[in-house]
Amino acid sequence: MTASPKPVPKPTPETQPFWDGTAEGVLRIQRCRACARHYFYPRPACPRCGSDDVAWVTASGRATLYSYVINHRPAPGFEQDGPYAIAVVELEEGVRMMTNIVGVEITPENLPLDMELRVVFEQRGDVRVPLFEPAGGPTR
Amino acid sequence: MNIVIAGAAETDELGKLPHMSTAQLHLQAARNALADAGMTKDDIDGVATVGVPGPIQIAHALGIAPAWLDGTGVGGSSFLFHVRHAAAAIRAGLCTTVLITHGESGRSRVGAPRPALGPDSLIGQFEMPYGVLGPPTMFTLTALRYMKETGLTHEQLAEVAVAQRRWAHRNPRAMFQDLITVEDVLASRMVAYPFHLLECCLVTDGGGALIVTSEERARRSPVHLLGSGESAESPIISQMEDFTTSAAFRRSGEAAFAEAGIAHDDVDHLMIYDAFAHVPIYGLEDLGFVKRGEAGPFIAEGHTSPGGRLPLNTNGGGLSYTHTGMYGMFAIQESVRQLRGEAAAQVPDVEISVVLGNGGMFASAATLVLSNHRP
Repeated sequence: MTASPKPVPKPTPETQPFWDGTAEGVLRIQRCRACARHYFYPRPACPRCGSDDVAWVTASGRATLYSYVINHRPAPGFEQDGPYAIAVVELEEGVRMMTNIVGVEITPENLPLDMELRVVFEQRGDVRVPLFEPAGGPTR
Repeated sequence: MNIVIAGAAETDELGKLPHMSTAQLHLQAARNALADAGMTKDDIDGVATVGVPGPIQIAHALGIAPAWLDGTGVGGSSFLFHVRHAAAAIRAGLCTTVLITHGESGRSRVGAPRPALGPDSLIGQFEMPYGVLGPPTMFTLTALRYMKETGLTHEQLAEVAVAQRRWAHRNPRAMFQDLITVEDVLASRMVAYPFHLLECCLVTDGGGALIVTSEERARRSPVHLLGSGESAESPIISQMEDFTTSAAFRRSGEAAFAEAGIAHDDVDHLMIYDAFAHVPIYGLEDLGFVKRGEAGPFIAEGHTSPGGRLPLNTNGGGLSYTHTGMYGMFAIQESVRQLRGEAAAQVPDVEISVVLGNGGMFASAATLVLSNHRP
């Protein structure tokens, strides 16, 4: 496995199923059976109703752009990227997560809020992280 | 029992202080606050502080034998929490007089180890992989959603920095004092779109300290604590429930106003933690001073500027006065100065001042209602 210049997340017991999923190319999130709602980030019980009757499910990978910034001062490992979009996306299942937007030239004009996105995965060391690109496929 | 702030002071200097360690900043501020209160270290039986070097070392270095300690560390709002907790402790008889200190070598980083956030932490797993680099890339993330939903313009966001510079222009201790225009703000370097450099806070060295006690122990005209509130929301910005409003701001504000028994019209002066230009906009709305979507126009119309009906961040704020990293102490200090009539940019006839402190990125919040009159 090649070393990644970008930060590599280190799974913990409660997050391992999420990272096992990304390694397989799927986005897994938790769903509460008691109140029938999804939640993220991984936790042992539902943050809304408190039930521990929760299960890991596979999300569709479809999302919309909730908010973002275009960072002009790169973090370590991102020096070669040019200005990059640090975004929060809302999955079809209703939960949000931070990500980067890829597959499109990063300008405000190209990134209207609520645009439709789909998940892709990027290898980082031993882990694959979920990134999002335009739902219609990359435009660059 | 009436709880008061009986002493308040900052370090002699603010700004770039590479000749002072973090601990020295704490201790100089503590000694200045004791002198301001007309007290000695032997009057102090409670110590509260956040970050390095912590309440044990602060107490030990000053020669205080504490009966009560509080190391609540929830970000830049921590000092507001300390005031609230100190009030409860004094009322409960756990101690009589509390010293709250802040010192931070935020710019020079002398004796100030950076906190390590491991790759297995929550932020290490779910935010750091995406190239976040400190608050300018995280705290700012909510703004575009707020702008889309409320119609706030880039020019109105820039007006926050312009308005606060008008106050800093009157304050010889402010780091930046030259008046600026919206055009200046929008022409300054892009840090993280939509935020330009002048919409981001300073990074400075400095400190401040407070003495909290009961009214009868105060030796100078005190500032009364009429009410307080505290709350928290998400530990990471991406999980904040609604990017257009802070639940922690709302809850802490409601609690503080309810305890104080005041209405918004009673407030003469306001301090809202301003790490970035959008935060005072959220604060004005979440505290209930204006309705949703109205804060940007309210600031742009000059209502928070000198001569306006709701003077806001009258020291110049974190954008122009100073921002060590945990700014809340300086917001409290300016409220105390305004209530004593000792501020550099003094507002006439201030009787009630409200302070809203933020911790992390909308992660924690506390609100204080202060007055120069008894409850």
